[in-house]
Amino acid sequence: MPLRPLQQPQPMLKILKYSFYDLIRSRWSYVYFLFYLLLGFVLLFLNNDVSKAIITLMNIIIILVPLIGTIFGIMYFYNSKEFTELLLAQPIKRSSIFLGQYLGVAGSLTLSLVLGLGIPFVLYGLLRSDAIFNFSMLLVVGAFLTLIFTALSFNLALSNENKIKGFGYAVLLWLFLAVIYDGLFLMSLIFFEDYPLDNFSLLATLLNPIDLSRTLILLKLDISALLGYTGAVFKAFFGTNQGLIVSIGMLVLWTVLPIWRLLAKSKKKDF
Amino acid sequence: MIHVQNLHKKFGKNIVLSGLDLHIEDGGIFAVLGPNGSGKTTLIKSILGMVVPNKGEISIGGNSIKNKWKYRQEIEYLPQIANFPGNLRVKELIRMIKDLRQRPSEEEDLISLFKLEPFLDKKLATLSGGTKQKVNIVLAFMFDTPLLILDEPTSGLDPASLISLKELLKKEKAKGKTILITSHIMQFVAEVADTIVYLLEGKIYFKGSINELMLKTQQTDLEHAIAAIATTPADA
Repeated sequence: MPLRPLQQPQPMLKILKYSFYDLIRSRWSYVYFLFYLLLGFVLLFLNNDVSKAIITLMNIIIILVPLIGTIFGIMYFYNSKEFTELLLAQPIKRSSIFLGQYLGVAGSLTLSLVLGLGIPFVLYGLLRSDAIFNFSMLLVVGAFLTLIFTALSFNLALSNENKIKGFGYAVLLWLFLAVIYDGLFLMSLIFFEDYPLDNFSLLATLLNPIDLSRTLILLKLDISALLGYTGAVFKAFFGTNQGLIVSIGMLVLWTVLPIWRLLAKSKKKDF
Repeated sequence: MIHVQNLHKKFGKNIVLSGLDLHIEDGGIFAVLGPNGSGKTTLIKSILGMVVPNKGEISIGGNSIKNKWKYRQEIEYLPQIANFPGNLRVKELIRMIKDLRQRPSEEEDLISLFKLEPFLDKKLATLSGGTKQKVNIVLAFMFDTPLLILDEPTSGLDPASLISLKELLKKEKAKGKTILITSHIMQFVAEVADTIVYLLEGKIYFKGSINELMLKTQQTDLEHAIAAIATTPADA
């Protein structure tokens, strides 16, 4: 059989590569990576309890990963305006340009997270412990949150020519999903305490990617007993395979929908 | 080569192009002129697919360009403002564009023509405006494509580089290429252009040779002719 010529890598992969290298050469990627590295070492070797370390890590990751994803995403998009315009005049599809840049940013952030936390845990001997599954869950959730919030911030940047406005919206979005949403949720629980709220709580948790991630990890850690009756209801839902699939499905949806909007909007935009 | 029909574009409430029709024949240098804000760059960016028109048809070589991207393989573009990713080196930028286009290129001659060798390892953010423009020119001329679109190619160039640019344009024209140029330097336009395309209020107000323009406006030099064109009745 004759040899086929090697196929050229797709333009999208090339743009991903350039964005990725561009970012991993920047100082902030190292700061982000070293932060997790340090955090991992400190928590494991001072704590000596993998489960507790994972809970502390979770509390940090749940808040920090969305924040960094949002800020990095929006800054990268605005800062690479020139690069984007250069690419738009080249024979490359628009969706390849934006998907490539997005995956470059999200990929480098995920790499910082996974390597930064993975290295101390591997050195600690995690691979031989039972906590490996919980820990992987933490990394999967962290990766999802990076993908989701980078995609959301790219959307905001694409829709707002004004950097200050775009940046403001991005911070507000993070604040809403990380802090205000929980406040509203709790207040509604108190306000409607006379009514059965199990399904409402479940739904409200499913709809916010940060709450959903937190719940997924907590339930994996088998400390749902601490959560009382609602915890039991949650355990009954999220603890099952079906619940896990629905949750992962929701995270996938949170990732795919913003990416889809990003690509659809970018097709109609003027540069 | 390029066929533009009934092109409309507005940005918000600002109407930039309103029913523009233009036919650019194969070969030769076409100067797209017009006052500031007359839609020159918008027209060029519409041809490149960077701006999406509200209405109208653009075809290149008989094929509509709507929602297409492969046709840009046949176009080289020099943007008006030479903005590049600042943390890249000149060499890396050239290599990247070559990698993305996957076509034979001849950047060495251009680099020596514009004496860019000492800057190859410098980061783009550290270059002066004129040097950036030279890099811009190298990127726009290094592939062999039938259509060249140059938005203000003279901006920031020193006299020696300007002469090199004119020679380069003559050479490319001799190869039978179609070249679209916008410029506000009338002396440069008078020297290089074969056809003048004058934009006013979102339409083509005049298209023809420099001599025809002088005749029409009763002026003896291009600068005054261009200045007078808008006040001359269209049917004069």
